[in-house]
Amino acid sequence: MAQTMVPSFWPALPELMLAVGAMALLLLGAFRREGKNMCVLSAALLVLAGIAILFQSGETTTFGGAFAVDPFIRLMKILAIVGSLSAMAMSLNYFRNENLTMFEYPILIVLATLGMLLMISANGLIALYLGLELQSLALYVLAAIRRDKLRSAEAGLKYFILGALSSGLLLYGASLIYGFTGTVQFEGIAAVAASGGPSLGLLFGLVFLLAGLAFKISAVPFHMWTPDVYEGAPTPVTAFFAAAPKIAAMALLIRVLFTAFPAISGQWQQILVFISLASMVLGAFAAIGQRNIKRLMAYSSIGHMGFALVGLAAMNQEGVSGVILYLIIYLVMTVGTFAFILSMRRDETMVENIDDLAGLSRTRPMQALALSLLMFSLAGIPPLAGFFAKFYVFLAAVKSGLFLLAVIGVLASVVGAFYYLRIVKVMYFDEPEGEAFEPMPRELGLLFSVAGLFVLVFFLYPAPVLKAAQNAAAVLF
Amino acid sequence: MNSWPILSVVTFLPLLGALFIFTIRGEDETALRNARYVALWTTLITFVLSLFIWGGFDNSSSEFQFVEKGEWLGGNINYHMGVDGISMLFVILTTFLMPAAILASWKSVKVRVKDYMIAFLVLETLMIGVFCALDLVLFYLFFEGGLIPMFLIIGVWGGARRVYAAFKFFLYTLLGSVLMLIALMAMYWGAGTTDIPTLMAHQFPAQLQTWAWLAFFASFAVKMPMWPVHTWLPDAHVEAPTAGSVILAAILLKMGGYGFLRFSVPMFPLATDLFAPLIFVLSVVAIIYTSLVALAQEDIKKLIAYSSVAHMGFVTMGIFTMTIQGVQGGIFQMLSHGLVSGALFLCVGIIYDRMHTREIAAYGGLVHRMPIYAFVFMLFTMANVGLPGTSGFVGEFLTLLGAFRVNTWVAFFATTGVVLSAAYALWLYRRVIFGKLEKESLMSIKDMNAREIAIMAPLVVLTVLFGIWPAPLIDVTTASVEKLISNYQAAISAASSAAQHAALY
Repeated sequence: MAQTMVPSFWPALPELMLAVGAMALLLLGAFRREGKNMCVLSAALLVLAGIAILFQSGETTTFGGAFAVDPFIRLMKILAIVGSLSAMAMSLNYFRNENLTMFEYPILIVLATLGMLLMISANGLIALYLGLELQSLALYVLAAIRRDKLRSAEAGLKYFILGALSSGLLLYGASLIYGFTGTVQFEGIAAVAASGGPSLGLLFGLVFLLAGLAFKISAVPFHMWTPDVYEGAPTPVTAFFAAAPKIAAMALLIRVLFTAFPAISGQWQQILVFISLASMVLGAFAAIGQRNIKRLMAYSSIGHMGFALVGLAAMNQEGVSGVILYLIIYLVMTVGTFAFILSMRRDETMVENIDDLAGLSRTRPMQALALSLLMFSLAGIPPLAGFFAKFYVFLAAVKSGLFLLAVIGVLASVVGAFYYLRIVKVMYFDEPEGEAFEPMPRELGLLFSVAGLFVLVFFLYPAPVLKAAQNAAAVLF
Repeated sequence: MNSWPILSVVTFLPLLGALFIFTIRGEDETALRNARYVALWTTLITFVLSLFIWGGFDNSSSEFQFVEKGEWLGGNINYHMGVDGISMLFVILTTFLMPAAILASWKSVKVRVKDYMIAFLVLETLMIGVFCALDLVLFYLFFEGGLIPMFLIIGVWGGARRVYAAFKFFLYTLLGSVLMLIALMAMYWGAGTTDIPTLMAHQFPAQLQTWAWLAFFASFAVKMPMWPVHTWLPDAHVEAPTAGSVILAAILLKMGGYGFLRFSVPMFPLATDLFAPLIFVLSVVAIIYTSLVALAQEDIKKLIAYSSVAHMGFVTMGIFTMTIQGVQGGIFQMLSHGLVSGALFLCVGIIYDRMHTREIAAYGGLVHRMPIYAFVFMLFTMANVGLPGTSGFVGEFLTLLGAFRVNTWVAFFATTGVVLSAAYALWLYRRVIFGKLEKESLMSIKDMNAREIAIMAPLVVLTVLFGIWPAPLIDVTTASVEKLISNYQAAISAASSAAQHAALY
């Protein structure tokens, strides 16, 4: 009997490594009072956790069924870690230039990543909340890390208040679900929902839960925080926000919907169709007027989450594998674009306006080329990778007969193409104003060119990525 | 049959040339000259290689030839290439016109020469790919991908309002195409594949045919362009550099007509039958209305652009008569228009390079200083009007013949368009070439130089040759067109007998 009381720790090894490592680093930093090498150590920790994930195999649960591991979860965790690592790499130069030596910064990223991994692995409402809050709290602090700057502090506060509200909604939903099903485990909830049909209380709980999660992926109508936080937070933090947390929240959403609520899919499909539509349309139209490239990317990310949700709303295996593919490609495009935004420096200061890109094709032709590839890819123009991302989610939607969603979605993508094209226009059609940007630091250049190359050559040999996405999606069906 | 993948080689060779130019370093005169020569030789070699396709093509077969197939996306979406009688000549047209386009930009493009050549070579790959693709997704990839280089060509090297024109071109075309994408997906789930030959044999339910036809129509009508969605074309043509206009008019517009023949007609025969009257009306409106609009133009390029819309009206009219003459005429008209409109834009480019204006009023009396030019321009003006003995006549005559068999009124109104086209073309010619040489600026204008004559000579020869002896082109298309029409008629009669059957019981 005593043996069964001790759960197996092996499936949670990567998380344990991160948790213990982060605390050790925190102690180290507190004693040394400086940030030297902290980034390297944190990055090494993340890499180790990633390697540990790669060595896992099979499907299993532990901690009394609260923590699950399967191929889908592992893939999403790897993506989250890749996102975090690239955010860390992208912040190096920023900290160097601003003479910042905060040892907390990389540790906060590690803690946020830990939260993400827990979210993705969560197999019950309590584990879900635990992971989500760990992640969110680390993110709130990250947004406000330049506490001496008004914009950063404002962004952090805004994010915190709205985030707390959404956590409250989520918690309220979770308690309703528990109250009406009598269990917090996803499988248990699924069983009750399947046998008894959807009770009103369960539906209310589901709606609140979805509202909380929609906030995390910044889907309309819970998107209001995104542009302000993206603009206000230090740019490397924005780069972090745009990729990894979105992936983790989307993975969590997929897992909750397909493991806990498959029986009442008809109920949540309507909700997803709505938020997906609203996000695509708002993301497309609201971005048109933006002059600040970070705000533009905020609306762009809202739109992209809407597109990814199209695959989820389709409720079939193709849809889920389409969402996974979308997230992979979105991750690459976002990291690449932000690597560029971080290198927009002139006279020792960062510039953020789209007009500052004028004539980039003259002053830095290779950067202009790579950035326009990323922009065309974000717009979803073939043969670039972004096209395939959209292709597969819409393919799934058409299979499910969601023609209206698909048609409005592709029309929104045409509207969206306008503002991505505008960036290309500024770079290629306008004459240079002011001097060229400072040379790109090596790590940013590497991320930027890898991303540009990826979107360009993806179509030549897409099979491995497609296969990975399909295999991961197959677990949920 | 050739065992080597000739279609892939022809398609991707320009891309290789583009990569090569990409590696050329420096901005000095040598580097630019190298870039020009690499582009020219790449397009010339591509053209010569593409002639092997024609050489090895079996005219008697209506099947796809030189077929290549390889794994690509999985789930029955493959890399599938091949040509039949309908598509093969468009490949040749593309490879034939590209060296002319490169040569036409030899001196006139002075800024960012490398980027320019790269854009054109990438565009060539994508255009050839459109005509060779035998998979819908692959087709879409090439079809849409072409927007990127063309957007840059118009926007970077274009005229005063180039930004507006580039955006209009891009967004208009994209808007039409995304609807096609949705239809493509519905077809994928209906037939389980995006393989074009399989889809041609597949019978889609009538309702899906109607919607899918409309979606494809949205894309091809914009591309063609048909009235009333043609408004992007005059803007794009006027602002694009000469070579851009040539490629736009000669090849990109043909993708619309090709799309109708490759997808709309064979895959949705019932919807084609249903919507044919709509196409006739739009075509006739296009022929008459845009000819009238052309009469009022002050800008030479804009005039030719409107005349392109009118000529494309003949093509759509011919295709949807679903008679052998109409369809053959439509294809012939597209090929001929590719030569003639391309040549006309080159003619405009020649005087634009000298005077830097396209205003008709800025010219007059050119015949006194430029006799060779006057001759060449006259030949192509006549071909544009459809004078017997030029290739323009054959296409127009055949489409009118087809239209006459189906609906006399359509043929009647379309024929008035021919008269109108003579009016605007001859009037243009009179204002630019004839009259007294009065304008001070024109006194020292020089006639065509050796390079310009080298560009024009093959076009002149072919325009006359195919006007007198159209058989080489017609023979290629006959077998495929016959199959297209017999399949279409079989589908229609099967549907009507099924309807009678349902009515009886």
